[in-house]
Amino acid sequence: MMMMDSQKVALRRQRGRIALLASGGLLLLLAGAFFRLQILSGSQYVLRSEENRLRAISVPAPRGTIYDRNGLVVAENIPGYVISVLPGPRDTIAATIDRLAGRLGISPEERLELIEKNRARPNEPLVLRDNAGFDQVAFIEERRPAFSRIVVEPRPRRLYPAGEAVAHMIGYVGEISEQELEAPRYEGYEPGRIIGKDGLEAQYEERLAGTPGVRYVEVNALGSIVREFDVGSGTPAVPGEDLELGIDLALQTLADSIFPEGMRGAVVAIDPWNGEVLLLYSHPTFDPNRFIGGIPLDLWSALRDDPDKPMLNRVSTATYPPGSTWKLIVSTVGMKTGDLNIRSYMPHVCTGGLSFGNRYFRCWNPRGHGGTDLSGAIKGSCNVYFYQAGQRIGLDAFTAGVQALGFGERTGIDLPFEIAGVFPESREYFDRRYGPRGWTESVVWNLAIGQGENHQSVLRQAVFYGALATGESPIRPHLARDENLAARRMPWSVGLAESQRHDLVDAMIRVANEPGGTAYSYRLQPWTMAGKTGTSQNPHGAPHSWFVGFAPARDPRIVIAAIIEQGHPDGTVSLAVPYASRLVGRYLESIGLPPEPGREPRVAAR
Amino acid sequence: MSWLRRIPGLGDPTLLGLMLLLTGLGIAMIYSAGQVEVPSVATGIWVRQLAWLCVAVIAFILASRVPLRFLEWFAPWLYGVSLGLLLLVLAIGTGPSGSWLELGPGRLQPAEIAKLGTIFMLVRLLGDKDEDFAGLSRLWKPVAVVAAPFALVLLQPDLGSALVFGFILIAALFWAGIPLVKIFLLVSPAVSLLLGFNWVVWGAWFVVLLVLLYYHRPFVLESVGVILANFAAGALTMPLWNSLLPYQQNRLLVFLDPEVDPRGSGWHLIQSKVAIGSGGLFGQGFASGPQKRLAFLPEQHTDFIFSVVGEELGFLGVAFFLGLFAWLLWRVLRIAMEASDDFGSGVTFCLFAVLFAHLVQNLGMTVGLLPITGLPLPLVSYGGSFLLLLYAGFGVIQRVASER
Repeated sequence: MMMMDSQKVALRRQRGRIALLASGGLLLLLAGAFFRLQILSGSQYVLRSEENRLRAISVPAPRGTIYDRNGLVVAENIPGYVISVLPGPRDTIAATIDRLAGRLGISPEERLELIEKNRARPNEPLVLRDNAGFDQVAFIEERRPAFSRIVVEPRPRRLYPAGEAVAHMIGYVGEISEQELEAPRYEGYEPGRIIGKDGLEAQYEERLAGTPGVRYVEVNALGSIVREFDVGSGTPAVPGEDLELGIDLALQTLADSIFPEGMRGAVVAIDPWNGEVLLLYSHPTFDPNRFIGGIPLDLWSALRDDPDKPMLNRVSTATYPPGSTWKLIVSTVGMKTGDLNIRSYMPHVCTGGLSFGNRYFRCWNPRGHGGTDLSGAIKGSCNVYFYQAGQRIGLDAFTAGVQALGFGERTGIDLPFEIAGVFPESREYFDRRYGPRGWTESVVWNLAIGQGENHQSVLRQAVFYGALATGESPIRPHLARDENLAARRMPWSVGLAESQRHDLVDAMIRVANEPGGTAYSYRLQPWTMAGKTGTSQNPHGAPHSWFVGFAPARDPRIVIAAIIEQGHPDGTVSLAVPYASRLVGRYLESIGLPPEPGREPRVAAR
Repeated sequence: MSWLRRIPGLGDPTLLGLMLLLTGLGIAMIYSAGQVEVPSVATGIWVRQLAWLCVAVIAFILASRVPLRFLEWFAPWLYGVSLGLLLLVLAIGTGPSGSWLELGPGRLQPAEIAKLGTIFMLVRLLGDKDEDFAGLSRLWKPVAVVAAPFALVLLQPDLGSALVFGFILIAALFWAGIPLVKIFLLVSPAVSLLLGFNWVVWGAWFVVLLVLLYYHRPFVLESVGVILANFAAGALTMPLWNSLLPYQQNRLLVFLDPEVDPRGSGWHLIQSKVAIGSGGLFGQGFASGPQKRLAFLPEQHTDFIFSVVGEELGFLGVAFFLGLFAWLLWRVLRIAMEASDDFGSGVTFCLFAVLFAHLVQNLGMTVGLLPITGLPLPLVSYGGSFLLLLYAGFGVIQRVASER
């Protein structure tokens, strides 16, 4: 290309100027971009950088210790370790799980579950084991560089020294589930938190849990922990409150160890004056310690599918026909309506049964009780007497009277999942259920002997007998000690004159202390026990065996209600009576109650 | 300082000082880039860069000693060899995008040598007194000279480097005095290629093009050619886009919105911005930027070295580097303007353009102004071939300066 020199100089000057302006402008633009990024929004990026490299790790708070009435430990914490993986790419986490699966005992199903959990919450550390043993921790720590994404944290681990003896009362703890995380009760809880799942652990979660702290670790882009971040920057964990129970742990373990072999049942004991639960035991039971750190699947399905339902709390989450223990309720209602007093006789003597219309109602004793007054009928548990007593009171007065005694409500014990009993609130109940022509007045006969549309929990029976023992409005039963008794007082009392109440107590004393009384064979030696046996019909097998009572009869310190399912086969002894009697004896002995004058010294517990 | 001028081939000692200073700072930053808490290839790599520097210095001295006339004569040979190497690398290339040739102790990126070869060839062609570039169609020769390496580099595939070749063409034509409108019409199909994503915008672009053609009035055939080329380019946009590899598509997409894929393609950009942004005014201190230290910053010793500068030295450090670069560019541009030799002037300006293109593209990428294309920062980023090219180029520039 031909060009003159002067032209060339001018051209270069022009083009040079354009290049200078263009490049200078672009460089200024770049400088502006850096200025905006570093100066104008620098602080925002500083934060972002910290978010990048700092990972908050929750420091678990130790749960409160639970003590029994004598200061013995019911639930405590022992050192344990949590092994978790820091958030990161899914493949990396899966690979980490695979490398540890053998050592931590992670089954293929569990592995899938873990990966699913990580998918749901990809930005939270994934807990692999929250009850790792020292050998597992050592395995990881020895190979630290290979497991840089793994965090091992000490976390107090729950231990229930009495294990099976306290299972239904204490419940257990476990990792919070996805559904629970959504629940308003657990607002502010983070995944991986250990919460109370059942029993007292669940009931008093807020008091026991404490507040977890936070510590920060610095991680690199691969998610590996590089170091602990400034120690002062986190917040320490606040331990949970301790809990003191009214439970007598020694009594509890005794109830477990002497429970009749191979049977199912439950027992509850209450201090009738303050509502403190002294004993709450259900059988068969399970070891809540095995639930800590994740329930093994096979154990869970075994417990769930066991026909004996070991997870069922038979004290407050099950109801049974109350059987003859109901006769004291009939007596109380009848005395209040004026239909009965302790000397009342019924028109028909007991000959082993009684006809009503075209039906024949049997007494448990086919030889009959002959003619008895109320006291004798209680002592001998005469059905024929109580059929007539029920009829005399009448269905309407009877259902109303039972309602007035608190039946049909929950007792309000401090345990989750309590169920209320069943009892017809009035004759409408039968109209609803069978249609107005579908039933006859004879229902009252069945109701009067604790059968029919009548199901009560063991706990409810104990509460009523406690009210009978003291004559006061009962205090709602509670496991955790509570100073504010007024707030727990129920709105009803048995509502009898003291003389009437004493008459009933005397009749119950005869049950357990006079020859011919249904509980005479197992009478308590140095103290007078008052009580009532029961044999409730069970369509699935042998009748259930009941005993509800209190001792000492005149100055009650303990009310006990016990049921042994199918514990009263024909022709044998009722299993609940000796069981309850022995527990009461042990308790009164343990509180150092002096023997009553005139009673034989206690020999040995049978 | 006059004794410096007496060194044969050393025309601009200030430029030499700036070059050495930036290289030294670069090696310091490469050292810092290796100071990480995670095993990284970057650790200790500054020593290798130092070794490359020795080779580069030899190239610099040799280049400054070679007469420009010899270079001009030698241009076709160098160009031919570069094309040969580019073909070779397509066959036996190694490395992330197959752009490296294993060469005994080190690796060579033929694309870098080809930049120099193409510049020499192009400037020689444009300076040929027998050639006439009056008509648009007469530009086919310079276009062809660039098209060959452009295509070969694109096949590697290395879009970023290929674009640098396009930029070299524009710079060379610009400096040769080709009217701006003509250059504009020449690159118009490339604009169509970009705008082809949206029919409305593309249509508007055609209106602009027609107005330009009406005022400029080139030959009718040329006008038709420009229109057809634009049409073809616009129509090719979508098929071409679909033929891009997913990672290339992602790089362009995350440029528009890095949060689209924060763990994947957006990661580089987000982490780079976080690193630079958290540097603030004074920075986190040399060698102690947490983003880099904890390996959040990718490619911290090569493409994203300036993010380390931003994080550790703050805006003050960034401004210092930018100032040095601006000064260096200005010295180079001045030599191009003042050169007595046309070939030397053209080569110097093209090298200015290459430096500038790399600088803007690299820095623009680290702050998210431009898509990620993987172009290194001149003199600062780790990379032997590019350093070699730059030092050879600076040698030529010094020669040009000494001959003015």
